[in-house]
Amino acid sequence: MKNKVLVLLLPSLLLMSISAFVPLMTVLNYSLHVLFSGSIPKYIGLENYVNALKDPAFLSSMGKQFLFCLEILLIEIPMGLALALLLPKRGIMIGPILVLLGIPLLIPWNVVGIIWRVFAREDIGALPVIFSKLGFFYNVSKVPAHAWWTIVIMDVWHWTPLVTLLCYAGLQAIPQEFYQAARVDSASKIATFRYITLPKLKYVLIIAVLLRCMDAFKIYDEPFILTAGGPGTSTELLSIFTSRQVIGGFNMGYSSAVSLIYFIVVLLLCYILYTVMTKIGEH
Amino acid sequence: MAVIELKNIVHTYRKGKKETEALRGVNLTFTEGCPAALLGPSGCGKTTLLNILSGLLKPTSGQVLFDGKDVTDLSTEERNIGMLFQFPVVYDSMNVFNNLAFPLRNRKVGPAEVKERVREVARLLDLAEVLGSFPRQLTPSQKQLLALGRGIVREDTAVILLDEPMTQIDVHQRWELRRELSKVQGSLNITMIYVTHDQYEALTFAEKVVIMKDGLVVQEGSPEELYGNPKTPFVGYFIGTPGMNILDCRLAKTGLDFKGFKKEITPELRAKIETYGPDFKLGIRPEFVHCGLVQQKGWFPLKVKVVEDRGEFKIVTLTSDAEELKSQVPSDLAAEEGGTVWVNFLEDKMKIYKDDRMIN
Amino acid sequence: MRKKKSPVSIIVLMIFFILLLVPIYWMINTSFKTNTEIQRSMTWVPQKFTTKNYTSIFISKLWQRSFLQTLEYVVLNVAIVLIAAVPAAYTFSRWKFKGHQHLFFWLLTNRMAPGAAFLVPMFTLFSVIGLFDTILAVALAHCLFNLPLAIWILEGFMRGIPRAIDETAFIDGYGFMKFFGKIFLPLIKQGIAVTAFFCFMFSWVELLLSRTLTAVGTKPITVSLTRSLGAGGWDWGLIAAAGVLTMIPGAVVVYFVRNYMVKGFAMGRV
Repeated sequence: MKNKVLVLLLPSLLLMSISAFVPLMTVLNYSLHVLFSGSIPKYIGLENYVNALKDPAFLSSMGKQFLFCLEILLIEIPMGLALALLLPKRGIMIGPILVLLGIPLLIPWNVVGIIWRVFAREDIGALPVIFSKLGFFYNVSKVPAHAWWTIVIMDVWHWTPLVTLLCYAGLQAIPQEFYQAARVDSASKIATFRYITLPKLKYVLIIAVLLRCMDAFKIYDEPFILTAGGPGTSTELLSIFTSRQVIGGFNMGYSSAVSLIYFIVVLLLCYILYTVMTKIGEH
Repeated sequence: MAVIELKNIVHTYRKGKKETEALRGVNLTFTEGCPAALLGPSGCGKTTLLNILSGLLKPTSGQVLFDGKDVTDLSTEERNIGMLFQFPVVYDSMNVFNNLAFPLRNRKVGPAEVKERVREVARLLDLAEVLGSFPRQLTPSQKQLLALGRGIVREDTAVILLDEPMTQIDVHQRWELRRELSKVQGSLNITMIYVTHDQYEALTFAEKVVIMKDGLVVQEGSPEELYGNPKTPFVGYFIGTPGMNILDCRLAKTGLDFKGFKKEITPELRAKIETYGPDFKLGIRPEFVHCGLVQQKGWFPLKVKVVEDRGEFKIVTLTSDAEELKSQVPSDLAAEEGGTVWVNFLEDKMKIYKDDRMIN
Repeated sequence: MRKKKSPVSIIVLMIFFILLLVPIYWMINTSFKTNTEIQRSMTWVPQKFTTKNYTSIFISKLWQRSFLQTLEYVVLNVAIVLIAAVPAAYTFSRWKFKGHQHLFFWLLTNRMAPGAAFLVPMFTLFSVIGLFDTILAVALAHCLFNLPLAIWILEGFMRGIPRAIDETAFIDGYGFMKFFGKIFLPLIKQGIAVTAFFCFMFSWVELLLSRTLTAVGTKPITVSLTRSLGAGGWDWGLIAAAGVLTMIPGAVVVYFVRNYMVKGFAMGRV
C-alpha cells in the first residue's frame, strides 16, 4: 500500500521539486551570501536579513502591502457576499450572469492593468473626464492618494466576482429546510442571516479571505502597469519593491533575503488568518 | 392545539409544459391532540400534503382549516406550527437554550418568561442537562428533539408536522426517539402529523393512520382497523410484513378456483359474493394461511419454494407453479424447500375484493 | 412559494454589472480608434471607426505566435497538472499516511509563494537544464501555484465520494486503473472541470514567471502586450486591441464550462 501511495504522489513531488523546492533552496542559499553576478559569492550568514529589516524602503513597502490587503478585504468580502445574496438562485439568468462575473477573472492580469491605465490616464482615459464633470480633480499619475485608491478600486473591480462566485456556491449548498424552519420560528430577515446564512457560509468565507489575502499580498502586474510604484514610491507594493531589487539590483544575495522575508510574511499571515477564522466560527 | 381540516385539496405541479397531479381531491380531518400518520409509497403525495399543511405550498384548489379558520392563504409563520425535517434542523451557532428560546425571542417574549418556558420544555424532552451545550455535541436523536422543542416552546402551536424524521437516525435509536415523541404528544395532547413510508413507524406511533396512493386517500383509520379490515387489496398488501397475499380467483361450482389450486367455500360466503360476478381478488394474511404435513379434508397441496427462518416463526413461500403466496408457520414445522405441504385458508379471515373494493 | 425579487435588488445588480463592464467597454472602444483620436479626444463611441489595430495584430506573425504559444503552454500546464494532481489528490483523500498533513500544508504554501521570490532561481535552474525560453519551461514553472491548487480542489471533491464505491469495485474484481478510469473519474468530472478552469485561468494570466523564463523563442501573450512600444510612446490602440483579443479565450472557456461550474461550485469546495 505504501508503494501505491508513493507511485501516485511521485509525479506531483517531481513537479513541485522543479518548480518549488529546488528554487526555494537556491533562494535560501543565495540569501546567506553576498552575490554579484559574475563574482564569487561570500558567505555572510544572516546579515542580509538584518539589513533588510532595517531598510526603510523595505519596511515602508511592507506597511503599504498590509494596508492594501486590509483595505481590499474590508471592501471585497462584504460586497461579494452582498452580491451573492442578491443573485437569483434559479432561472435562466444564471448562465449569463455567471459568465459576466467570470469575465474580469479571466482577463490576463496585466491586461487588467492596461484596461485601467487606459481608463484612468489623464490624456486618454474616461475616468478623469467623468470626475471633472462631477466637479473633482483627478490625476492618477500625479496625486499619490488618487493612485493608491485607483489601485484599490481596480482590485475590487477585478476580484469581487471571485468572492461573489464562492459565496454564491456556498449559498446554494444550504438546504432550504433551514430557511423553512426559520420562517416557522418567526425569525426576521436579519436573524435568519445571522443564525443560518452566515454560520453556514463560514467555510466558503474562509476560503475567500485566504485566497484574496494570498493573492493580494503578491499582487504585481496590475499596479505595476498602472503606476509602476508611483508617483514616487507611494504605491510601491512589496512585489514591485522585490522585483526591482531582483531585476535591477546587483546584489542577488540581498534580494534573495528580501524575497524570503516576503514569503515568510505571507505564510504567517495566512496561518494567522486561518486560525482566527476557524476559531471565530466556534464562538 | 387545533382541529385540522383539509377540504378537497387538489394540487398540480407545473414545470414548463409538464403537469404532474400530486393530489387529486383529499378530504381529511385531524382531531385535537391526535397523533396521526400519513403513510404511503413514494410519490403518493404525502409530502405535498404536508407542505400544504405547513404553508410552504399553496394548493391549486381546496381549503385548509385550523379550528374552523381558513388558513389556506396564510404564510407559514402565521400558521403557528412546528416542523421536523428529515435531518435535524437546528441552529448550530446557538446553544441548546438559545435554540429553544429563539422562537419566543423572535416574538418579543420577555426574558423571564422565556427562561421559564425553555426550562420546562427542556425538562420534558430530557434536554435539561445539556442546555449549555451546542448542537454539534448532541446525538442526532437529541437534535431532533431540540427541533421538536422549538415547535412546542410556543404555547399556541396548532400542530407539529413531521417529515420522515427518522431518516438520519440510527436504527437502534429510532425506538427511543419514537417513544419520546409519543410521550410528548401524550403529555401535551398536541396534534402531530407524521409523514412516513415506513409502516412500522406509522402503526406504532399513530392512533389515526391515513394511507395514500397516487394522490388520493385510500383508507384512514386506527392501525387495528387497517390491519384487520383493509378496504382495498393495496392496503392489505401494504400493511404487514409480509403483506397480505392477494390472489386472483374465480367462483366455480365447487368453490373458488385459484391459479393451480382450488378451495371450497361455505354457502354463506358464496351467497355474499356471487352477485358480483365470477372474478375476484382474495386477500389473506400469511398468518391465516395454515400449513401441515398431513392431508386434511378441504386442504389443498402446494409446493414449498422458499423457507425463511424468522426466529419465532417461519415464512414459507408456497407455489402452485402458476401462483405464489406466503404463509406464516410455527418454527417447528418441518417444511422443506422443494417438498409439498397441505394448505388451507381460514375462511372468516378471507377478504374478497371486487374492483378494488371489499365485499365481505 | 417563490419569493419575488425586490426591485431594489434588481437595480443594485444592474448597477454592479454596468460598473463591471464600463472599463471593459472603454478598452473595446479604444481598440477601434486610431491613435490620433485616442490622444486627442474623449469619445464614448469612435468618431472614426477603424479595425486597423486588429488587422495589424492578425497579420503580425509576432502576435499570432504569441497567442498560439501562450495557448500551448497553458493547455500543456493544465494537462500536466491534472495528470499529476488527480492521483495525488486521491492519495490524500483516501489514506492518512505518515506526514500527510505536513505535505499537504507544504503544497498549499507554494500557492502563496510570491513569484518575485522565485525569479532568480527559476531562471538559473531552467537555464541549467537547457529549457530556458521554451514552452515547457513556462508550463512546468506554473505548476508552482497550479498543482497545489488542483490537489486542494480535487481532494475536496474526492472526499465526497464514499470509500464504499472503491471497495465495491475492488471486490467486483476491477483492477486499479480500470476502477479509476471507468468508475471514479466520471464521478468527479465536475471537480475536474472546476480545477481545469482555475488552472487555465491562473496560467493564462500570469506575467512575471512567463516573462522571466522567455526571451526570443517563446513569447507569451502577456509579455507581448507589455512590449508594444511604438515610436511615439505606447501604441494604445494596438494594446487595447490585443487586450480585447486575450479576453476571448477566457470568455469561451467560461461559456463552455458554465454548467459544470454551477454544479461543481455547489457540490464540492472550490
